[in-house]
Amino acid sequence: MSRLRLFQFAVVASVILLLEALCFAGFIDKVTMPPPHIIVRDFFRMILAGRYFGEIAKSLANVLLAFAAAYVFGVVSGTILHRYKTARDVLDPLFATYYAIPVFAFYPLFIVMFGLGDGPQLLIGFLLAVVAVIVTTLNGLDRLPSVLKKTARVNRLNPLQTALRITLPFCAPYLLTAAKLALAYAFIGVIGSEFIMARAGMGYEISYAYTNFDNATMYPLILLILLLSIAANSVLSHWERVLLARRGQK
Amino acid sequence: MQREAIAPFRNTVILIVGLFLFWELAYLIVGEVALRSPWETMQFLGKLMRTDDFWLHLADSLKAFAAALAIAVALGLLIGFALGLHRLSGDAMEPMLVALYSIPKITLYPIILLAFGIGISAKIAFGAIHGIIPVALFTLAAVRNIKPILIKTGRVLKLSPAVMVSAILFPAAVPEIFTGLRVGFSLTLIGTVLGEMFAAQRGLGYLLMNAISLYNIDLIMSVTFLLVLFAASVNTLLLIIDRRLHHG
Repeated sequence: MSRLRLFQFAVVASVILLLEALCFAGFIDKVTMPPPHIIVRDFFRMILAGRYFGEIAKSLANVLLAFAAAYVFGVVSGTILHRYKTARDVLDPLFATYYAIPVFAFYPLFIVMFGLGDGPQLLIGFLLAVVAVIVTTLNGLDRLPSVLKKTARVNRLNPLQTALRITLPFCAPYLLTAAKLALAYAFIGVIGSEFIMARAGMGYEISYAYTNFDNATMYPLILLILLLSIAANSVLSHWERVLLARRGQK
Repeated sequence: MQREAIAPFRNTVILIVGLFLFWELAYLIVGEVALRSPWETMQFLGKLMRTDDFWLHLADSLKAFAAALAIAVALGLLIGFALGLHRLSGDAMEPMLVALYSIPKITLYPIILLAFGIGISAKIAFGAIHGIIPVALFTLAAVRNIKPILIKTGRVLKLSPAVMVSAILFPAAVPEIFTGLRVGFSLTLIGTVLGEMFAAQRGLGYLLMNAISLYNIDLIMSVTFLLVLFAASVNTLLLIIDRRLHHG
Protein backbone atom coordinates (compact mmCIF):
# COMPACT_ATOMS: atom_id res chain seq x y z
CA MET A 1 0.00 0.00 0.00
CA SER A 2 2.72 2.48 0.94
CA ARG A 3 4.66 1.54 -2.18
CA LEU A 4 1.57 2.45 -4.13
CA ARG A 5 1.27 5.84 -2.42
CA LEU A 6 4.94 6.49 -3.07
CA PHE A 7 4.46 5.70 -6.75
CA GLN A 8 1.44 8.01 -6.97
CA PHE A 9 3.30 10.78 -5.19
CA ALA A 10 6.23 10.35 -7.58
CA VAL A 11 3.92 10.65 -10.61
CA VAL A 12 2.32 13.87 -9.35
CA ALA A 13 5.66 15.33 -8.30
CA SER A 14 7.29 14.58 -11.64
CA VAL A 15 4.41 16.16 -13.57
CA ILE A 16 4.72 19.34 -11.47
CA LEU A 17 8.52 19.37 -11.80
CA LEU A 18 8.27 18.83 -15.55
CA LEU A 19 5.89 21.78 -15.88
CA GLU A 20 8.18 23.87 -13.70
CA ALA A 21 11.18 22.96 -15.85
CA LEU A 22 9.33 23.63 -19.11
CA CYS A 23 8.25 27.06 -17.83
CA PHE A 24 11.74 27.83 -16.56
CA ALA A 25 13.36 26.83 -19.85
CA GLY A 26 10.88 28.97 -21.75
CA PHE A 27 9.19 26.13 -23.65
CA ILE A 28 5.94 27.30 -22.07
CA ASP A 29 5.77 31.07 -22.24
CA LYS A 30 4.28 33.20 -19.45
CA VAL A 31 1.22 34.17 -21.47
CA THR A 32 0.27 30.51 -21.83
CA MET A 33 0.94 29.35 -18.30
CA PRO A 34 2.78 30.65 -15.26
CA PRO A 35 5.06 28.13 -13.51
CA PRO A 36 3.30 25.91 -10.92
CA HIS A 37 4.81 27.65 -7.87
CA ILE A 38 3.41 31.00 -9.04
CA ILE A 39 -0.01 29.39 -9.51
CA VAL A 40 0.12 28.00 -5.97
CA ARG A 41 1.21 31.41 -4.61
CA ASP A 42 -1.67 33.14 -6.46
CA PHE A 43 -4.00 30.42 -5.21
CA PHE A 44 -3.18 31.12 -1.57
CA ARG A 45 -3.37 34.86 -2.14
CA MET A 46 -6.82 34.43 -3.62
CA ILE A 47 -8.01 32.23 -0.75
CA LEU A 48 -6.51 34.41 2.01
CA ALA A 49 -7.89 37.62 0.50
CA GLY A 50 -11.29 35.94 0.28
CA ARG A 51 -11.56 36.99 -3.34
CA TYR A 52 -14.32 35.36 -5.41
CA PHE A 53 -15.72 33.98 -2.20
CA GLY A 54 -19.25 34.88 -3.28
CA GLU A 55 -18.75 33.37 -6.72
CA ILE A 56 -17.38 30.16 -5.27
CA ALA A 57 -20.23 29.92 -2.75
CA LYS A 58 -22.80 30.52 -5.48
CA SER A 59 -21.39 27.83 -7.76
CA LEU A 60 -21.10 25.30 -4.95
CA ALA A 61 -24.64 26.05 -3.74
CA ASN A 62 -25.94 25.39 -7.26
CA VAL A 63 -23.93 22.18 -7.50
CA LEU A 64 -25.38 20.97 -4.21
CA LEU A 65 -28.90 21.95 -5.23
CA ALA A 66 -28.65 20.13 -8.58
CA PHE A 67 -27.07 17.15 -6.81
CA ALA A 68 -29.75 16.97 -4.09
CA ALA A 69 -32.61 17.26 -6.57
CA ALA A 70 -31.12 14.62 -8.88
CA TYR A 71 -30.34 12.29 -5.98
CA VAL A 72 -33.77 12.41 -4.36
CA PHE A 73 -35.61 12.24 -7.66
CA GLY A 74 -33.32 9.50 -8.95
CA VAL A 75 -33.57 7.24 -5.90
CA VAL A 76 -37.35 7.63 -5.67
CA SER A 77 -38.00 7.06 -9.36
CA GLY A 78 -35.49 4.20 -9.47
CA THR A 79 -37.34 2.51 -6.63
CA ILE A 80 -40.72 3.01 -8.31
CA LEU A 81 -39.39 1.91 -11.68
CA HIS A 82 -38.05 -1.30 -10.15
CA ARG A 83 -41.64 -2.39 -9.52
CA TYR A 84 -42.88 -1.82 -13.05
CA LYS A 85 -41.00 -4.08 -15.40
CA THR A 86 -42.72 -2.90 -18.59
CA ALA A 87 -41.95 0.76 -17.95
CA ARG A 88 -38.39 -0.18 -17.15
CA ASP A 89 -37.99 -2.22 -20.34
CA VAL A 90 -39.25 0.71 -22.39
CA LEU A 91 -36.89 3.18 -20.69
CA ASP A 92 -33.91 0.84 -20.84
CA PRO A 93 -32.72 1.91 -24.32
CA LEU A 94 -32.90 5.54 -23.11
CA PHE A 95 -30.67 4.78 -20.12
CA ALA A 96 -28.22 2.88 -22.33
CA THR A 97 -27.88 5.79 -24.77
CA TYR A 98 -28.31 8.68 -22.35
CA TYR A 99 -24.67 9.43 -21.60
CA ALA A 100 -23.80 9.38 -25.28
CA ILE A 101 -26.01 12.43 -25.82
CA PRO A 102 -24.31 15.82 -25.49
CA VAL A 103 -26.61 17.20 -22.76
CA PHE A 104 -24.78 20.54 -22.95
CA ALA A 105 -26.21 20.96 -26.45
CA PHE A 106 -29.55 21.59 -24.71
CA TYR A 107 -28.12 24.53 -22.79
CA PRO A 108 -28.88 27.14 -25.49
CA LEU A 109 -32.44 25.84 -25.66
CA PHE A 110 -32.84 26.11 -21.88
CA ILE A 111 -31.47 29.66 -21.95
CA VAL A 112 -34.11 30.59 -24.50
CA MET A 113 -36.80 28.87 -22.42
CA PHE A 114 -35.85 30.03 -18.91
CA GLY A 115 -33.58 33.04 -19.40
CA LEU A 116 -29.92 33.39 -18.52
CA GLY A 117 -30.19 32.73 -14.77
CA ASP A 118 -29.47 29.81 -12.48
CA GLY A 119 -32.36 27.76 -13.91
CA PRO A 120 -30.67 26.40 -17.05
CA GLN A 121 -27.48 25.58 -15.13
CA LEU A 122 -29.38 23.70 -12.44
CA LEU A 123 -31.34 21.85 -15.09
CA ILE A 124 -28.18 20.77 -16.95
CA GLY A 125 -26.59 19.59 -13.67
CA PHE A 126 -29.78 17.76 -12.74
CA LEU A 127 -30.15 16.11 -16.14
CA LEU A 128 -26.53 14.96 -16.18
CA ALA A 129 -26.74 13.48 -12.68
CA VAL A 130 -30.23 11.99 -12.48
CA VAL A 131 -29.88 9.03 -14.85
CA ALA A 132 -26.72 7.77 -13.11
CA VAL A 133 -28.69 7.73 -9.84
CA ILE A 134 -31.67 5.90 -11.37
CA VAL A 135 -29.47 3.28 -13.04
CA THR A 136 -27.38 2.68 -9.90
CA THR A 137 -30.49 2.43 -7.71
CA LEU A 138 -32.03 -0.13 -10.09
CA ASN A 139 -28.75 -2.04 -10.13
CA GLY A 140 -28.67 -2.21 -6.31
CA LEU A 141 -32.29 -3.32 -6.03
CA ASP A 142 -31.71 -6.02 -8.68
CA ARG A 143 -29.00 -7.54 -6.55
CA LEU A 144 -31.08 -7.88 -3.40
CA PRO A 145 -30.77 -11.64 -2.70
CA SER A 146 -34.10 -13.47 -2.59
CA VAL A 147 -33.09 -15.06 0.71
CA LEU A 148 -33.24 -11.61 2.31
CA LYS A 149 -36.68 -10.97 0.81
CA LYS A 150 -37.82 -14.33 2.19
CA THR A 151 -36.39 -13.52 5.61
CA ALA A 152 -38.44 -10.34 5.63
CA ARG A 153 -41.59 -12.30 4.79
CA VAL A 154 -40.88 -15.02 7.36
CA ASN A 155 -40.46 -12.37 10.03
CA ARG A 156 -43.63 -10.67 8.83
CA LEU A 157 -42.02 -7.30 8.40
CA ASN A 158 -44.32 -4.64 7.01
CA PRO A 159 -43.15 -2.76 3.86
CA LEU A 160 -41.66 0.10 5.90
CA GLN A 161 -39.71 -2.27 8.14
CA THR A 162 -38.53 -4.23 5.10
CA ALA A 163 -37.30 -1.05 3.49
CA LEU A 164 -35.53 0.21 6.64
CA ARG A 165 -34.07 -3.08 7.87
CA ILE A 166 -33.41 -5.05 4.70
CA THR A 167 -33.44 -3.07 1.47
CA LEU A 168 -31.78 0.13 2.63
CA PRO A 169 -28.84 -1.48 4.45
CA PHE A 170 -28.27 -3.86 1.55
CA CYS A 171 -28.35 -1.06 -1.03
CA ALA A 172 -26.18 1.35 0.99
CA PRO A 173 -23.02 0.87 -1.12
CA TYR A 174 -25.02 1.40 -4.31
CA LEU A 175 -26.59 4.54 -2.89
CA LEU A 176 -23.11 5.78 -2.08
CA THR A 177 -21.89 5.05 -5.62
CA ALA A 178 -24.94 6.90 -6.91
CA ALA A 179 -24.07 9.89 -4.70
CA LYS A 180 -20.49 9.88 -5.96
CA LEU A 181 -21.54 9.84 -9.60
CA ALA A 182 -24.32 12.39 -9.08
CA LEU A 183 -21.99 14.83 -7.34
CA ALA A 184 -19.38 14.57 -10.12
CA TYR A 185 -22.03 15.04 -12.82
CA ALA A 186 -23.74 17.94 -11.02
CA PHE A 187 -20.35 19.61 -10.68
CA ILE A 188 -19.55 19.13 -14.37
CA GLY A 189 -23.02 20.33 -15.38
CA VAL A 190 -23.12 23.50 -13.29
CA ILE A 191 -19.50 24.61 -13.78
CA GLY A 192 -19.61 23.69 -17.48
CA SER A 193 -22.78 25.72 -18.05
CA GLU A 194 -21.34 28.71 -16.21
CA PHE A 195 -18.37 28.39 -18.43
CA ILE A 196 -20.27 28.39 -21.71
CA MET A 197 -22.57 31.29 -20.88
CA ALA A 198 -23.56 32.82 -17.54
CA ARG A 199 -23.52 36.02 -15.54
CA ALA A 200 -21.75 34.77 -12.41
CA GLY A 201 -20.06 31.77 -10.80
CA MET A 202 -16.64 30.13 -10.84
CA GLY A 203 -16.91 28.88 -14.41
CA TYR A 204 -17.95 32.34 -15.54
CA GLU A 205 -15.00 33.96 -13.72
CA ILE A 206 -12.57 31.58 -15.40
CA SER A 207 -13.89 32.33 -18.87
CA TYR A 208 -13.92 36.07 -18.01
CA ALA A 209 -10.29 35.88 -16.84
CA TYR A 210 -9.41 33.99 -20.01
CA THR A 211 -10.85 36.74 -22.20
CA ASN A 212 -8.84 39.31 -20.25
CA PHE A 213 -5.55 37.34 -20.26
CA ASP A 214 -5.76 37.40 -16.47
CA ASN A 215 -3.68 34.30 -15.71
CA ALA A 216 -3.24 35.29 -12.07
CA THR A 217 -6.99 34.72 -11.60
CA MET A 218 -7.65 32.00 -14.14
CA TYR A 219 -5.09 29.41 -13.05
CA PRO A 220 -5.82 29.58 -9.30
CA LEU A 221 -9.55 29.21 -10.00
CA ILE A 222 -8.92 26.23 -12.29
CA LEU A 223 -6.71 24.73 -9.59
CA LEU A 224 -9.47 25.24 -7.03
CA ILE A 225 -12.03 23.45 -9.21
CA LEU A 226 -9.64 20.57 -9.87
CA LEU A 227 -8.85 20.22 -6.16
CA LEU A 228 -12.51 20.35 -5.14
CA SER A 229 -13.64 17.70 -7.61
CA ILE A 230 -10.68 15.42 -6.96
CA ALA A 231 -11.14 15.74 -3.18
CA ALA A 232 -14.87 14.96 -3.35
CA ASN A 233 -14.19 11.99 -5.62
CA SER A 234 -11.39 10.61 -3.42
CA VAL A 235 -13.38 10.89 -0.18
CA LEU A 236 -16.44 9.16 -1.62
CA SER A 237 -14.35 6.48 -3.39
CA HIS A 238 -12.53 5.76 -0.15
CA TRP A 239 -15.80 5.44 1.75
CA GLU A 240 -17.10 3.16 -0.99
CA ARG A 241 -14.08 0.88 -0.61
CA VAL A 242 -14.54 0.77 3.17
CA LEU A 243 -18.18 -0.31 2.76
CA LEU A 244 -17.28 -2.97 0.21
CA ALA A 245 -14.38 -4.23 2.33
CA ARG A 246 -16.75 -4.66 5.27
CA ARG A 247 -18.78 -7.00 3.08
CA GLY A 248 -15.73 -8.88 1.97
CA GLN A 249 -16.25 -7.82 -1.62
CA LYS A 250 -12.87 -6.29 -2.08
CA MET B 1 -37.65 -17.17 -28.69
CA GLN B 2 -38.76 -14.92 -31.49
CA ARG B 3 -40.83 -12.74 -29.18
CA GLU B 4 -37.79 -12.17 -27.03
CA ALA B 5 -35.82 -11.02 -30.03
CA ILE B 6 -38.53 -8.56 -31.01
CA ALA B 7 -39.06 -7.09 -27.50
CA PRO B 8 -36.04 -4.71 -27.41
CA PHE B 9 -36.93 -3.39 -30.85
CA ARG B 10 -40.56 -2.85 -29.83
CA ASN B 11 -39.45 -1.08 -26.65
CA THR B 12 -37.18 1.24 -28.61
CA VAL B 13 -40.04 2.15 -30.94
CA ILE B 14 -42.36 2.85 -27.98
CA LEU B 15 -39.62 4.97 -26.39
CA ILE B 16 -39.01 7.03 -29.53
CA VAL B 17 -42.72 7.62 -30.08
CA GLY B 18 -43.03 8.57 -26.39
CA LEU B 19 -40.17 11.07 -26.62
CA PHE B 20 -41.71 12.70 -29.69
CA LEU B 21 -45.08 12.91 -27.92
CA PHE B 22 -43.35 14.52 -24.92
CA TRP B 23 -41.67 17.00 -27.24
CA GLU B 24 -44.97 17.86 -28.99
CA LEU B 25 -46.70 18.23 -25.63
CA ALA B 26 -43.94 20.51 -24.31
CA TYR B 27 -44.31 22.56 -27.48
CA LEU B 28 -48.07 22.84 -27.00
CA ILE B 29 -47.55 24.03 -23.40
CA VAL B 30 -44.56 26.38 -23.89
CA GLY B 31 -45.53 27.57 -27.34
CA GLU B 32 -43.85 29.34 -30.22
CA VAL B 33 -41.89 31.72 -27.88
CA ALA B 34 -39.20 29.21 -26.93
CA LEU B 35 -39.88 25.91 -28.71
CA ARG B 36 -40.69 24.45 -32.08
CA SER B 37 -42.69 21.33 -32.77
CA PRO B 38 -40.92 18.18 -34.01
CA TRP B 39 -42.40 18.69 -37.47
CA GLU B 40 -41.27 22.34 -37.69
CA THR B 41 -37.79 21.38 -36.47
CA MET B 42 -37.40 18.74 -39.13
CA GLN B 43 -38.67 21.08 -41.81
CA PHE B 44 -36.12 23.69 -40.76
CA LEU B 45 -33.40 21.05 -40.66
CA GLY B 46 -34.27 20.14 -44.23
CA LYS B 47 -34.02 23.79 -45.21
CA LEU B 48 -30.73 24.15 -43.32
CA MET B 49 -29.28 21.18 -45.16
CA ARG B 50 -29.80 22.94 -48.45
CA THR B 51 -27.44 25.78 -47.46
CA ASP B 52 -23.71 25.56 -48.20
CA ASP B 53 -22.84 27.21 -44.92
CA PHE B 54 -24.27 24.33 -42.91
CA TRP B 55 -22.10 21.76 -44.69
CA LEU B 56 -19.00 23.84 -43.97
CA HIS B 57 -19.79 23.83 -40.25
CA LEU B 58 -20.66 20.13 -40.28
CA ALA B 59 -17.47 19.23 -42.17
CA ASP B 60 -15.39 21.20 -39.68
CA SER B 61 -17.02 19.48 -36.70
CA LEU B 62 -16.65 16.04 -38.26
CA LYS B 63 -13.01 16.64 -39.16
CA ALA B 64 -12.18 17.74 -35.61
CA PHE B 65 -14.17 14.85 -34.15
CA ALA B 66 -12.52 12.22 -36.36
CA ALA B 67 -9.01 13.45 -35.53
CA ALA B 68 -9.83 13.68 -31.81
CA LEU B 69 -11.26 10.16 -31.83
CA ALA B 70 -8.20 8.75 -33.59
CA ILE B 71 -5.90 10.35 -31.01
CA ALA B 72 -8.09 9.28 -28.07
CA VAL B 73 -8.25 5.66 -29.25
CA ALA B 74 -4.54 5.38 -30.07
CA LEU B 75 -3.31 6.96 -26.83
CA GLY B 76 -6.03 5.31 -24.73
CA LEU B 77 -5.12 1.83 -26.00
CA LEU B 78 -1.42 2.51 -25.51
CA ILE B 79 -1.87 3.74 -21.92
CA GLY B 80 -4.36 0.99 -21.13
CA PHE B 81 -2.11 -1.83 -22.37
CA ALA B 82 1.00 -0.40 -20.71
CA LEU B 83 -0.72 0.00 -17.34
CA GLY B 84 -2.63 -3.28 -17.64
CA LEU B 85 0.55 -5.27 -18.18
CA HIS B 86 2.49 -3.66 -15.36
CA ARG B 87 0.79 -4.41 -12.05
CA LEU B 88 2.24 -1.67 -9.81
CA SER B 89 1.82 1.22 -12.24
CA GLY B 90 -1.67 -0.03 -13.09
CA ASP B 91 -2.72 -0.14 -9.43
CA ALA B 92 -1.21 3.27 -8.79
CA MET B 93 -2.55 5.03 -11.87
CA GLU B 94 -6.07 3.63 -11.96
CA PRO B 95 -7.50 5.71 -9.07
CA MET B 96 -5.69 8.76 -10.45
CA LEU B 97 -7.27 8.24 -13.85
CA VAL B 98 -10.68 7.82 -12.20
CA ALA B 99 -10.16 11.10 -10.33
CA LEU B 100 -9.14 12.84 -13.57
CA TYR B 101 -12.22 11.38 -15.22
CA SER B 102 -14.49 13.06 -12.65
CA ILE B 103 -13.17 16.61 -13.03
CA PRO B 104 -15.07 19.10 -15.17
CA LYS B 105 -12.62 19.05 -18.06
CA ILE B 106 -14.20 22.14 -19.55
CA THR B 107 -12.25 24.25 -17.05
CA LEU B 108 -9.08 23.08 -18.81
CA TYR B 109 -10.28 24.51 -22.09
CA PRO B 110 -8.75 27.99 -21.64
CA ILE B 111 -5.36 26.35 -21.08
CA ILE B 112 -5.75 24.37 -24.29
CA LEU B 113 -6.81 27.51 -26.12
CA LEU B 114 -3.77 29.38 -24.84
CA ALA B 115 -1.55 26.50 -25.92
CA PHE B 116 -3.08 25.84 -29.34
CA GLY B 117 -4.87 29.08 -30.23
CA ILE B 118 -8.45 29.28 -31.44
CA GLY B 119 -8.89 26.85 -34.28
CA ILE B 120 -9.28 23.22 -35.16
CA SER B 121 -6.25 21.96 -33.20
CA ALA B 122 -7.70 23.23 -29.89
CA LYS B 123 -10.98 21.46 -30.64
CA ILE B 124 -9.15 18.24 -31.49
CA ALA B 125 -7.06 18.39 -28.31
CA PHE B 126 -10.14 19.07 -26.21
CA GLY B 127 -12.15 16.25 -27.78
CA ALA B 128 -9.21 13.88 -27.32
CA ILE B 129 -8.73 14.58 -23.59
CA HIS B 130 -12.37 13.63 -23.05
CA GLY B 131 -11.95 10.32 -24.84
CA ILE B 132 -8.50 9.11 -23.75
CA ILE B 133 -9.30 8.32 -20.10
CA PRO B 134 -12.33 6.04 -20.62
CA VAL B 135 -10.56 4.12 -23.40
CA ALA B 136 -7.49 3.74 -21.15
CA LEU B 137 -9.55 2.68 -18.09
CA PHE B 138 -11.56 0.05 -19.96
CA THR B 139 -8.46 -1.30 -21.71
CA LEU B 140 -6.58 -1.46 -18.41
CA ALA B 141 -9.40 -3.46 -16.78
CA ALA B 142 -9.72 -5.67 -19.87
CA VAL B 143 -6.03 -6.55 -19.97
CA ARG B 144 -5.90 -7.14 -16.24
CA ASN B 145 -8.93 -9.43 -16.27
CA ILE B 146 -7.57 -11.77 -18.93
CA LYS B 147 -7.64 -15.30 -17.54
CA PRO B 148 -4.14 -16.23 -16.33
CA ILE B 149 -4.44 -19.60 -18.05
CA LEU B 150 -4.43 -17.89 -21.45
CA ILE B 151 -1.22 -16.04 -20.61
CA LYS B 152 0.32 -19.25 -19.26
CA THR B 153 -0.59 -21.04 -22.49
CA GLY B 154 1.19 -18.30 -24.42
CA ARG B 155 4.27 -18.70 -22.26
CA VAL B 156 4.28 -22.47 -22.65
CA LEU B 157 4.12 -21.98 -26.41
CA LYS B 158 7.03 -19.55 -26.08
CA LEU B 159 5.29 -16.77 -28.01
CA SER B 160 7.21 -13.58 -28.67
CA PRO B 161 5.81 -10.42 -26.98
CA ALA B 162 4.36 -9.17 -30.29
CA VAL B 163 2.57 -12.46 -30.99
CA MET B 164 1.48 -12.62 -27.35
CA VAL B 165 -0.34 -9.28 -27.74
CA SER B 166 -1.78 -9.97 -31.18
CA ALA B 167 -2.75 -13.63 -30.70
CA ILE B 168 -3.72 -13.78 -27.02
CA LEU B 169 -4.04 -10.51 -25.13
CA PHE B 170 -5.88 -8.49 -27.74
CA PRO B 171 -8.47 -11.11 -28.80
CA ALA B 172 -9.19 -11.95 -25.14
CA ALA B 173 -9.65 -8.31 -24.22
CA VAL B 174 -11.62 -7.21 -27.27
CA PRO B 175 -15.16 -7.19 -25.77
CA GLU B 176 -14.13 -4.96 -22.86
CA ILE B 177 -11.96 -2.77 -25.06
CA PHE B 178 -14.89 -2.28 -27.40
CA THR B 179 -17.01 -1.03 -24.49
CA GLY B 180 -14.23 1.48 -23.83
CA LEU B 181 -14.24 2.56 -27.46
CA ARG B 182 -18.01 3.04 -27.35
CA VAL B 183 -17.79 5.25 -24.26
CA GLY B 184 -14.76 7.02 -25.72
CA PHE B 185 -16.67 7.73 -28.92
CA SER B 186 -19.51 9.43 -27.02
CA LEU B 187 -17.26 11.46 -24.75
CA THR B 188 -15.03 12.60 -27.60
CA LEU B 189 -18.12 13.82 -29.42
CA ILE B 190 -19.32 15.65 -26.29
CA GLY B 191 -15.86 17.15 -25.83
CA THR B 192 -15.62 18.36 -29.41
CA VAL B 193 -19.06 19.99 -29.32
CA LEU B 194 -18.35 21.58 -25.92
CA GLY B 195 -15.10 23.01 -27.23
CA GLU B 196 -16.95 24.51 -30.16
CA MET B 197 -19.56 26.01 -27.87
CA PHE B 198 -17.03 27.83 -25.75
CA ALA B 199 -14.66 29.21 -28.34
CA ALA B 200 -14.66 28.48 -32.03
CA GLN B 201 -15.49 30.22 -35.25
CA ARG B 202 -16.84 27.19 -37.03
CA GLY B 203 -18.59 23.94 -36.30
CA LEU B 204 -22.00 22.84 -35.03
CA GLY B 205 -21.25 23.96 -31.45
CA TYR B 206 -20.42 27.44 -32.72
CA LEU B 207 -23.64 27.43 -34.76
CA LEU B 208 -25.58 26.66 -31.57
CA MET B 209 -24.00 29.47 -29.54
CA ASN B 210 -24.37 31.89 -32.41
CA ALA B 211 -28.05 31.03 -32.59
CA ILE B 212 -28.57 32.19 -28.98
CA SER B 213 -27.37 35.69 -29.74
CA LEU B 214 -29.58 35.74 -32.83
CA TYR B 215 -32.46 34.27 -30.82
CA ASN B 216 -32.91 31.80 -33.66
CA ILE B 217 -34.96 29.04 -32.05
CA ASP B 218 -35.35 27.13 -35.31
CA LEU B 219 -31.60 26.89 -35.63
CA ILE B 220 -31.04 25.91 -31.96
CA MET B 221 -33.64 23.17 -32.08
CA SER B 222 -32.61 21.68 -35.40
CA VAL B 223 -28.88 21.59 -34.57
CA THR B 224 -29.59 20.11 -31.10
CA PHE B 225 -31.90 17.56 -32.72
CA LEU B 226 -29.25 16.65 -35.28
CA LEU B 227 -26.56 16.20 -32.58
CA VAL B 228 -28.82 14.05 -30.41
CA LEU B 229 -29.93 11.98 -33.39
CA PHE B 230 -26.33 11.36 -34.47
CA ALA B 231 -25.06 10.53 -30.96
CA ALA B 232 -28.00 8.27 -30.13
CA SER B 233 -28.01 6.30 -33.38
CA VAL B 234 -24.26 5.69 -33.48
CA ASN B 235 -24.30 4.69 -29.83
CA THR B 236 -27.20 2.28 -30.38
CA LEU B 237 -25.29 0.68 -33.24
CA LEU B 238 -22.14 0.36 -31.12
CA LEU B 239 -24.22 -0.99 -28.23
CA ILE B 240 -25.61 -3.78 -30.41
CA ILE B 241 -22.08 -4.79 -31.52
CA ASP B 242 -20.91 -4.48 -27.91
CA ARG B 243 -23.58 -6.89 -26.65
CA ARG B 244 -22.85 -9.37 -29.43
CA LEU B 245 -19.14 -9.34 -28.51
CA HIS B 246 -19.92 -9.94 -24.85
CA HIS B 247 -22.35 -12.80 -25.44
CA GLY B 248 -21.10 -14.26 -28.70
